[in-house]
Amino acid sequence: MMKGLTNWRLFALLTALLVFLSGCGREEISTLIPAGKVAQDQFNLLILSTIVMTFVIIVVSVIFVLAIVKFRRSKLGDDMIPEQVEGSAKLEFIWTAVPIVLLLILAVPTVYSTFDLADVTAMDAETEEGEKENLTVNVTAKLYWWEFEYPEQGVVTAQELVVPTDERVYFNLISADIKHSFWIPSVGGKLDVNPENVNKFYLEFDQESSELEDGVFYGKCAELCGPSHALMDFKVKSVDREEFDQWIAAMQEEPEPAAEALAQEGEETFANSCIGCHAVSGTAPAGMQGPNLTTFGDRNRVAGFLEHNEENLKNWIENPQEYKPGNLMPDGKTNNGGEPFSEQELDALAAYLMSLSVEE
Amino acid sequence: MSSLAQKKGFGAVIWDYLTTVDHKKIAILYLISGGFFFLVGGLEAMMIRIQLMKAGNDFLSAGLYNEIITMHGTTMIFLAAMPLLLAFMNAVMPLQIGARDVAFPFLNSLGFWLFFFGGIFLNLSWFMGGAPDAGWTNYASLALASEGHGIDFYSLGLTISGFGTLIAGINFLVTIINMRAPGMTYMRMPLFTWTTFVASALILLAFPPLTIGLFFMVFDRLFGANFFVVEMGGNTIIWEHLFWIFGHPEVYILVLPAFGIFSEIFAIFSRKRLFGYTALVFATILIGFYGFMVWAHHMFTVGLGPTANAVFALATMIIAVPTGIKIFSWLLTIWGGSISFTVPMVYAVAFIPSFVAGGVTGVMQAMAPLDYQLHDSYFIVAHFHYVIVGGVVLAILAGTHLYWPKMFGTMLSEKLGMITFWFFFIGFHLTFFIQHFLGLLGMPRRVYTFGADQGWDLFNMISSVGALFMAIGVLVMLVNVVLTTVKNVRVGNDPWGDGRTLEWAIPSPPPFYNFAQTPLVRGLDTYWIEKMEGNKEGMVYAEPLGDVHMPNGSIIPLIMSFGMFVAAFGALYFLDDSKPWALAVLIIGLGITFGSMLVRSLKDDLGFHITKEELIEDAKRGGNTDGLK
Repeated sequence: MMKGLTNWRLFALLTALLVFLSGCGREEISTLIPAGKVAQDQFNLLILSTIVMTFVIIVVSVIFVLAIVKFRRSKLGDDMIPEQVEGSAKLEFIWTAVPIVLLLILAVPTVYSTFDLADVTAMDAETEEGEKENLTVNVTAKLYWWEFEYPEQGVVTAQELVVPTDERVYFNLISADIKHSFWIPSVGGKLDVNPENVNKFYLEFDQESSELEDGVFYGKCAELCGPSHALMDFKVKSVDREEFDQWIAAMQEEPEPAAEALAQEGEETFANSCIGCHAVSGTAPAGMQGPNLTTFGDRNRVAGFLEHNEENLKNWIENPQEYKPGNLMPDGKTNNGGEPFSEQELDALAAYLMSLSVEE
Repeated sequence: MSSLAQKKGFGAVIWDYLTTVDHKKIAILYLISGGFFFLVGGLEAMMIRIQLMKAGNDFLSAGLYNEIITMHGTTMIFLAAMPLLLAFMNAVMPLQIGARDVAFPFLNSLGFWLFFFGGIFLNLSWFMGGAPDAGWTNYASLALASEGHGIDFYSLGLTISGFGTLIAGINFLVTIINMRAPGMTYMRMPLFTWTTFVASALILLAFPPLTIGLFFMVFDRLFGANFFVVEMGGNTIIWEHLFWIFGHPEVYILVLPAFGIFSEIFAIFSRKRLFGYTALVFATILIGFYGFMVWAHHMFTVGLGPTANAVFALATMIIAVPTGIKIFSWLLTIWGGSISFTVPMVYAVAFIPSFVAGGVTGVMQAMAPLDYQLHDSYFIVAHFHYVIVGGVVLAILAGTHLYWPKMFGTMLSEKLGMITFWFFFIGFHLTFFIQHFLGLLGMPRRVYTFGADQGWDLFNMISSVGALFMAIGVLVMLVNVVLTTVKNVRVGNDPWGDGRTLEWAIPSPPPFYNFAQTPLVRGLDTYWIEKMEGNKEGMVYAEPLGDVHMPNGSIIPLIMSFGMFVAAFGALYFLDDSKPWALAVLIIGLGITFGSMLVRSLKDDLGFHITKEELIEDAKRGGNTDGLK
């Protein structure tokens, strides 16, 4: 968008400078290390506005410092009565006109980009065979977790969004309860997830998340939504198109029963206590009470934010309120029909859940 | 206080303040209660920063944290910043235009007591089942889902205190339009009076949308209406519109009077008339006007569509122009002046770079696509604290030092004032500058905790240390107030020596009738003109000495407001099955309010006259009698 306006090399230099000055931040989440077209456009606007604003600050600072150094009463003497100047039409014109010019410099790319980033007309584009040309993901925000549905592919997952790189991915956002906001800082700005209407936008993922230190991009809820708003995280795996197609295919298959003995035991417990809310098949319908767990073993975090290990998983199952206050998952005792899960049952459940995987 | 007040017993002084309709005493009431709420809000801020000092801290629980951020914002905006500015407006504006009081002294008192009881009601939520927890913006879907009565305390409390503010705004408008002394044309009004005028107009136009929103909220939560209930066809975005149609002008309601205070300070302590006075006045009006055209920039990410976002982005950018005019006019005011670095002036000088920093980040956020990244991140937290603390709070601190002698007749210590300034100023930048980067590094706002190793640990620690500095600064200020009051060294009419406007021409504190004779205003900075022409009295008069008509004090405003306070409890518990008495309380409360209105309407209260002889007698004693009754 800014090709005609700005020098990319200068941008690159300033990018490096700004990142250096501010501390890099984590590439999984920093808006200063953009990993996609949308974040890059927004980052360019940041740099452009920073340049213009630095100019403003320098002008003000120079006048300011000169004024308070030159015109101190301690220097001028106590009796000096300054000339009572009324104003100056010329000066006043200058400091009205120059800001208007500066704002015009900012206004043009702002308007262009506003329309560009909101352009979702290609969302419904179809090929001659009647297939959608572009990938669409339906995002549903629920109290402290995220559901991702791929309507064309008939696949549902939760908490970890999987997307192909180097193509436009379109999103339909809706909330199942109260207002949330969908934000993947290093890939693009946020869009609110309202309870009354579907919001649409697109993102592009230019980098494969496997190159990142943690292997995933971090996503956040950016709108206060209750006690556990801070913990309403999700993760994003960006993979190349081939791998993405494999993943979709794996999700579409019927899940295999657990192989290990302990995991089989866990599967039984799961069937008795958990299946009412959690699906373990990628083709289960969207809109279940709890997150779809088909990919649980592949995930990066438990409950979106706890380190992904069996210990945390067992603690979470026993007492979810302690970790994510205000979430809607009943505690272990309730799920088990009044008796707390035994240590053996928890071990089995954990083994089973960790065995749920669609990746090779 | 004055000679007469010292003779009064403690009880009599209290009664005097409970019944006063004198704008100067109401100003003191606003100052004390606003100051108290400022400390409460500050304490909440400290708890927020302690919680966020390190990753995964468990100083506060998630739910409590949300209550604290909600109350911090609500308290600071509605119960601290606004009343503190209303204190200065009350104390100074009538003096600046040469009036003996505001147009409606009784309403002035009513406005204060409504604010006061609204604020008390809101804060009682802490002790009565939990404070509101949906943020100071109280977005509808979260607010309706919130359990307990916190949100009801919010909506009822703000409704009551909002009435108070609305009344104050109307009162100031009428006062400035009707009660200017002869010769005080609009274009001779001091800038603080101008900004009071424009801010009052904004109050008049901005508070009704908030009241409507709050009424919808009260009816949804307490009486089963469905304005915001999506399943029943309601719409939560409407709350956002109503809130921000109020909320954006509210920013200017706060910052314009702050600009006014700084304008006075720059002129006084540079010994120079304001550069481009006319431009400053029109910039003030323009900012007020544009303030109503930009509310949706708080809602860029709501999904209003690119057309709305682009239009509001451009409208928002335009505001930078009049604001820039102001900044440069101030710079050119001190340019070529004779700058005396007193405490108020140091605040004013520090305000310029601080506010410019807040302003430029504002323009950055006006760029809608960029705002998609910045919105609801710590960047916005940094931005609005730069504007509100760097603009409004610095003005309040500066104004406290500047007008303390006029309000209380004593000077705050310059030495302690400087200590406060440095702690507060360094602490302020330490706390909030780094938060811009936290936002850019991806940290959302309103999070009660954050995970380690997301690149945010060090910056949060620095920010918390800065908050500690600010707290020390405020504590030193309290010490300063106590020491100054105990020492009680009295000062004369113009303690800063370079006063330019009418308030500095009369004793500190002024007599309760302000001006024995109404002054005649001969130009902008009228007191300065008289001084320069060698007029020892500092004023020329528009009328001969004669009897002065004054209003009687009244306890009715307090009772009227108390009735609303009682009724609010009735409304609060209206739907609770366990509290069948709620309806009775509601009726009794409204009965008290309407009953006192009836008394006020039926009972003639014609006020009293101060005779010419009493005025002459008073002038001999120094002319700062606290009241004859």
